[in-house]
Formats: sequence, C-alpha cells, structure tokens
Amino acid sequence: MGSVSNTFFRFFGGASAPSEISASSSQRVSRRSSGLNEFTRAVCESNNQDESLCILDLGPTSPANIAHLTGLGHKVYNEDVLQASTDPALSVNMEDGTSVFDLKRFAAENLVYEAALFDAVLCWDVPDYLPETLVKPLVERIHRALKPGGVLLAFFHTRDAGPDAAYYRYHIASKDTLELQRGPQFRLQRVFQNRHIENLFRDYSSIKFFLSRDHIREVLVVR
Amino acid sequence: MWKTRKEEEDQPLNALLGQQSPLPTAIPGREGRSMDPKNENFRADVAHIGKSVVFKGELSGSEDLYLDGEVEGGIELRGHSLIIGPNGRIRANVHARDVVIHGKVEGNVRGADRVELKKSSILTGDISTQRIVIEDGAFFKGAIDIQKDAAKPEAKREAAAAAAASAGGFTPHTSGVSRISGPSASTPLSPPTPHDHNKK
Repeated sequence: MGSVSNTFFRFFGGASAPSEISASSSQRVSRRSSGLNEFTRAVCESNNQDESLCILDLGPTSPANIAHLTGLGHKVYNEDVLQASTDPALSVNMEDGTSVFDLKRFAAENLVYEAALFDAVLCWDVPDYLPETLVKPLVERIHRALKPGGVLLAFFHTRDAGPDAAYYRYHIASKDTLELQRGPQFRLQRVFQNRHIENLFRDYSSIKFFLSRDHIREVLVVR
Repeated sequence: MWKTRKEEEDQPLNALLGQQSPLPTAIPGREGRSMDPKNENFRADVAHIGKSVVFKGELSGSEDLYLDGEVEGGIELRGHSLIIGPNGRIRANVHARDVVIHGKVEGNVRGADRVELKKSSILTGDISTQRIVIEDGAFFKGAIDIQKDAAKPEAKREAAAAAAASAGGFTPHTSGVSRISGPSASTPLSPPTPHDHNKK
C-alpha cells in the first residue's frame, strides 16, 4: 500500500495533489483540472443554441463521464482505443519470428466515424500509452472526425512522471474536477515534449497548454 | 478481453439482478433457485432461454424474458423487460422496455424506459433510452442517446384535455398514453441503483 501511495505522490505531487492518499483500484482521488474547465467552457460556448452535441470519450467506459455528459444533454460516444489496441488478434507473427501490429485491421475496426461528427473529444492520456505506430493515425482519425472548431482535451506526462507512471481512468466529477482511479496496468510508452505535441497536432488550428505540478501537461486543441 | 467470466457463471440469479430486485426465480434446471410460487420473488411470467440454446432469427414476445443463450438476428420485446444473462451472447438489435445486460451484446440496444449495463457486460453498439445505469467495470463501445421523456408532453396534453373536459370542452382521443412508461414507472426486475443518473 505504501508503494502505491508513493507512486501517487510521485505522480501527483504539488499543488494539484490528490485530496486522498490511498489508491486502490476501486478508490478514487480527486484532482482539479484547468484543461477540463477550459474544455467545458469551450463546449458550452460552441453550443449557443443548446443543441445536443456529440462528444467522443476515448477512455475506458466511465459511468460518471456518461452521466455528466448526457446530463448536459449531449450524445456520448465511448471507445476505449487503448484497450482495443491490446487485442491479441492485432498482433501478426512474421516469418522471422517477430510480431507486428496490424495497423490496417485496427484502423478498420476502430475509430470508424463519419467526417466532422464530433463537437468534442476527450482523449485523456491515451497517446502516452498507445503503441508508437498508432499515435499519429489516431490523431489524424480524430482530426477527420472532429468538426471545425471542435475541441480535444488530452493529457501528456512529463519526464518527471517516470516510465512506471500508473495508468488511471479519468472520471468527470464536475466541470473542473476529475476523479482518478487506477486502471489496468498499461505501460507508459514514451514522454512527448512540447515540440512533439505541437507536431502531433499541427493540422489543428490552435493548441493550448496547461501546466501543472503533478507531472501532467493538459492540452486543449481546437480543430 | 480482460474480463473473466468464470466467476460469474455460477452466480445465483439474485446476485446478478441486485439484492433488492424481485427475481425471475422460476427458472427450471438451475440449482439454488426457488420454484416455490409462495416465494415473494417468484415470477412465473418471465420466460427463460437457457445458456445452451442457440437461436437465429427474429425473437419477439409479449412477456418478460431472461436470455442466457445465444441469439443472432433481432429481439423485439416492446413493453417488456429483457435480461441478458452472463452467458448471453447476442448479435442482434434489441428493443424492449427495460434491458439489463450481464453478458455480451453486439448490436444496438433500445430500451424504451431503461438500459442497465452490469459490470460483467460487454456492449458494442448504440444505446437509445430514457434512463441508463452503467456499473463500473462494464465495457461499452458505441453511442449513448438519452431520449427525452415522451410521457411528459403527453401527460401535459392529457391534463389539459382533462381540464378542458371538466370545463365542458371536447376531450381528444388519448389512447395509448397510458402505455408509455415514464421515469416514475416501477420496473419490477431491476430497481434503481446508486449509479442511476436520475437519482443523483
């Protein structure tokens, strides 16, 4: 338990540290999120006529997120791309004994949406845990599915988070507060620098960083 | 993928539906379930399809159904409840009043009143309903469209019509309104849980 707590403090140390200490898989810690606050504001501003917006959540199925978003009258799409990427069927064994990720099949089975369908996308920290070959196609696919002016919220770990940074599920508690819950054990694949993030989203019209002291950069991207 | 189902296969039905749920206990061939009609949980009106049954085609009915087998095609139980058990494997569009899912569904789910995804459920498809309950641990891939309560405007019209009638005016035909189940309608198979959004 102590090591788990240490991991949490290493992950969330500083002003945005969680309000609770323990972190078993069922327990949640709350954390304020400037990015989420800005995301919520952007979604509300873009919805002048109180229409039902289409919002895509790329994290694991979260009852809290669905309740929050549908409670605001929006239509929620949920697709756990990280979990989908672990499908053993996507690993193709080559003649030389190595295995290769079947990107073509993944693209055919996941994130298949019509163009400009979504008003907003909650990407969370999925790109940090995805296989390298999937990150760029993911961002391009989201770009296609987002409406012009649509917003995307993503989180990126800083180097200080360390390679063993735990994977968390994000639950929306309010417009500027998230609850974090330990998720399945995915390994952090890489750490994006700001320049890498800007390159990743270069096809988007604007990008805004929110720095925090908990080894996470929150990024709000506008299509 | 990460979900294991072994521990759920032998769970009593009571546990699958929640402790307070009145249960379709009159299910033949399953140990540990009361067949006693005097039991307050006894529900003889719930049809049951066992886990060894494989069905292909359009499945429709006018009674509540507990489905633990495999179905490929379509399921239509308008005005009635459908429970898909932990062994249920459905590749079909589903339409019922209440839909409770413990097993695996590939297809769109339309619950006129409520859709409930239990923690063991895996749903790939779109949900359309008035109320939704999702337990932590459920896997869902698709869209959720919460329908506005259709009963409210009808009820308003009915109330207005009743007021007009009491005032000596003409009462329009409102047949069918009473069949619409609103949020206040009780659902005998699955009472609201703490996850029920409308209870928050």
